[in-house]
Amino acid sequence: MSDITKQSLTELVESIKNKKLSSSEVTKAFIERSEKSKVLNAYITEDFTSALDKAKKFDQKPNLDLKLPGIPMAIKDLFCTKNVKTTAGSKILNNFVPTYESTVTENIWNEGAILLGKLNCDEFAMGSSNETSFFGNVQNPIDKDLVPGGSSGGSASAVAGQLTPITIGTDTGGSIRQPASFTGTVGLKPTYGSCSRYGIVAFASSLDQAGPMAQNVKDCALLQEVISSFDLKDSTSIDFKRSNYSKELTNNIKGKKIGIPKEYRVDGMPKEIEDLWQKGIEYLRDCGAEIINISLPHTSYALPTYYIVAPAEASSNLARYDGVKYGYRANGENLIDMYEKTRSEGFGAEVQRRIMIGTYVLSSGYYDAYYLKAQKVRRLIKNDFDEAYKKVDAILTPSTPSSAFKIGEKSNDPISMYLNDIFTVPVNLAGLPGISIPAGHDSKGYPLGLQIIGKAFDEQNILNIAFAIEEKIKFKNKINDWWIK
Amino acid sequence: MNKKNSEYLINRKDNQYEVVIGLEVHAQVLSESKLFSTSATKFGAEPNTQVSLVDAAFPGMLPVINEFCVKQAIKTGIGLNAKINKRSVFDRKNYFYADLPQGYQISQFKDPIVGEGKVILDLPNGQKEVGIERLHLEQDAGKSIHDLDPQNTFVDLNRSGVALMEIVSKPDLRSPEEVSIYIKKLRSIMRYLGTCDGNMQEGSLRADVNVSVREKGTKEFGTRCEIKNVNSIKFMQMAIEYEANRQVDLIEEGKTIDQETRLFDTKKNETRSMRSKEDAHDYRYFPDPDLLPLEVSDKFVDDLKSEIPELPDDKKERFINEFKLSPYEATILVSDIEIAKYFEEVVAKMGKNKDMKLAVNWITSELFAVLNSKNLEIKQSPVSAKNLAILINLIKNGTISGKIAKTVFELMLDGDKDPQKIVEEKGLKQQSDPKALEELIDKIINNNREKAIEYKQGKEKLFGFFVGQAMKASGGKANPQLINDILKKKL
Repeated sequence: MSDITKQSLTELVESIKNKKLSSSEVTKAFIERSEKSKVLNAYITEDFTSALDKAKKFDQKPNLDLKLPGIPMAIKDLFCTKNVKTTAGSKILNNFVPTYESTVTENIWNEGAILLGKLNCDEFAMGSSNETSFFGNVQNPIDKDLVPGGSSGGSASAVAGQLTPITIGTDTGGSIRQPASFTGTVGLKPTYGSCSRYGIVAFASSLDQAGPMAQNVKDCALLQEVISSFDLKDSTSIDFKRSNYSKELTNNIKGKKIGIPKEYRVDGMPKEIEDLWQKGIEYLRDCGAEIINISLPHTSYALPTYYIVAPAEASSNLARYDGVKYGYRANGENLIDMYEKTRSEGFGAEVQRRIMIGTYVLSSGYYDAYYLKAQKVRRLIKNDFDEAYKKVDAILTPSTPSSAFKIGEKSNDPISMYLNDIFTVPVNLAGLPGISIPAGHDSKGYPLGLQIIGKAFDEQNILNIAFAIEEKIKFKNKINDWWIK
Repeated sequence: MNKKNSEYLINRKDNQYEVVIGLEVHAQVLSESKLFSTSATKFGAEPNTQVSLVDAAFPGMLPVINEFCVKQAIKTGIGLNAKINKRSVFDRKNYFYADLPQGYQISQFKDPIVGEGKVILDLPNGQKEVGIERLHLEQDAGKSIHDLDPQNTFVDLNRSGVALMEIVSKPDLRSPEEVSIYIKKLRSIMRYLGTCDGNMQEGSLRADVNVSVREKGTKEFGTRCEIKNVNSIKFMQMAIEYEANRQVDLIEEGKTIDQETRLFDTKKNETRSMRSKEDAHDYRYFPDPDLLPLEVSDKFVDDLKSEIPELPDDKKERFINEFKLSPYEATILVSDIEIAKYFEEVVAKMGKNKDMKLAVNWITSELFAVLNSKNLEIKQSPVSAKNLAILINLIKNGTISGKIAKTVFELMLDGDKDPQKIVEEKGLKQQSDPKALEELIDKIINNNREKAIEYKQGKEKLFGFFVGQAMKASGGKANPQLINDILKKKL
């Protein structure tokens, strides 16, 4: 049975299509491993009984033409799932059961996948280590007491730990790519407008994007193909021609021009990361790609810009959690008192911090100096990329400035925590697709990732580049199942 | 108060004050569904039965603009002779309230869909132009109900998310009377366009009223107070009257006016402070990241222009030119699109030999009196335009007298009866046979010899007596013109 959970999504789909495995067998295997992996704290809500029922039903009348036939899948608890509790990692939604399904998850179930459960994440996706979750820390399968990254920490941990064959996360400033990098997995943040935001608990609407997290590039391409769709229910969804990412996947990247931005060589970046980046450049050359040095001059402004725009939107998006309609409500003397108690008790410290920042930067008298200025800088950052893409087809950078850190190591230092996202936030600000793939290990044996940033709507190209160097790198995650006794 | 020169001024010992008023009218867009959701907008539905997940702001729900509401706003802009902005932006206006589920209202702040325009008012002493500053689209909030339970407030979200047009005037209004005429004109234009039903009882039209005063002849504006959410023309007028006098009193006492938001208490007929400028909300407006800027093409606007019906000002012009009505008559008839429609139908049904004066008089006096007494809209008129036209023609061609016509009209009210039939059935046809009338008059003169002599001796007033007798003898059916002629000859 243990062999089942070691298989990639592509292999499992094949096995089910060839009737070598039933959905029930596969589902059972992942449930059993999940049961044994409670130490990881990857799940917020398990839906195992229902998953087994659905698997049984699938096996009775299997539709093998589907892209994810009877494949069990746990997903980040930021996606609203009909009749299954959806918390966004927050106390304020601890009792919230949606009556509706997000478009992205709907797409997944429509292709035959089965919900295993809802995965832990930073509260309202605000965090880079999964430590802000109301439901506690998530362990990184790589090593004990190591953070899995965030905010899609539960998702990364579950894929790396083989609790789910594949998963979806959301990425506002790096929340898919950074945890993927920390756990030796592949994570894709699609172009803004590629995946519908309908039914995803909003953090920062102009940046949020759902995306796949997988063990390899091919699996990632397959899931992207399923979740990306034009959706009239999301006004920012974009109607562009989406390719069959997994079918059109190729390792032929000969002649592709890859940009190397000098501004990503930041102060204090460990040599291991620099070496990894160089290794990536060599692999690309080996594949016949052309390496071109480029400049993205406004890179250093990306992080401060992000920490104005994202909290501003969040402060407004989270106003709806007021104890009136659903979710947690504290008793109060009057309406204002009820609001204050509900939100003080319902939101954690990091969420409160960001609501305060966001409220501040939108206040009259500060709006022009902060929010408006940040929007202008955001435009400049986008222009940098537009300029670069006149010369190159994609850009290669490290995913993160360091490997995974210990739980508690940075939780009292928000600035140092925010710096984790330094390579990922520019991509969100510019609305571009970016993929993180595991590319090596540091001296402690912790995985390190490389990021490939593409042109808007050019997911196929960065998937191809990732696919090509994945073959060269031959990355193997060093996981010894330390948490299973 | 000095109403000579029809100028509205507030007089105190030595000073005269002018009142300056600007209105922010909130007009509910006539639309089956809400601004950003597909929920229904029917008035008077059971609480919380017209609420979608979007309206109740459930996690992950997103607004999607209702194209029809956009069209309605643009049409209204065209009706206000205003600039249509090809690009407008929806912003979030952030504040907490129990009946505001999102914690923000989606509105338009910096870039409204409609820019500057104007409205022409027909005042008793001529026309006046009132500037429109802007028109923007926004969501309505829900309703908090505080008086159903001693401890709890109930919230009805049926109205949450309903599309409103906020129409902001320039501070061009100078009296409660002008405000009344302005609101009625605005309502008339929107009813012509079918963009707002203007029903104030149902809250489809309400206004925030900005009032300031200044000494007559001064150029600078005084400090203004905003009276929130007034929902009838009468209350607007009362509130302005009270508020202007309050401000004048403060100035006369040497005090200053604080810029503030006030509420009008309809029971006490006074305004009172709601919040001062210092307590004003910081709404933290910013562009709604869930919605892209709204962009409309020239063609989109041009297509809407071609759908615009003849509006009151043009219709009035045409009525004056085509039907030779006086400006006063035309103003009355075009004020309400349904009245105008009724009038035009009457005109059409009267056929070739039409009498406009009779038509105008019958509609504005007899018919309006009936509608008023029965509290009916013209659409519910018990007499159809067709039958009224027949009645008018019966008068015009001498079949019945004006007096008999009133009797016939009374009878028509019961089931919109055909006046022709009534005249036949009741034998009300006017007696116009000179021979028969001569015989009748001879008889009357014979019976009233003495009076006839008195008349001849110069007591001319008695003429009326003979006419009356003749009419009475004919059962009111005698042609009054003939009676006159014959009497003059015989006496």
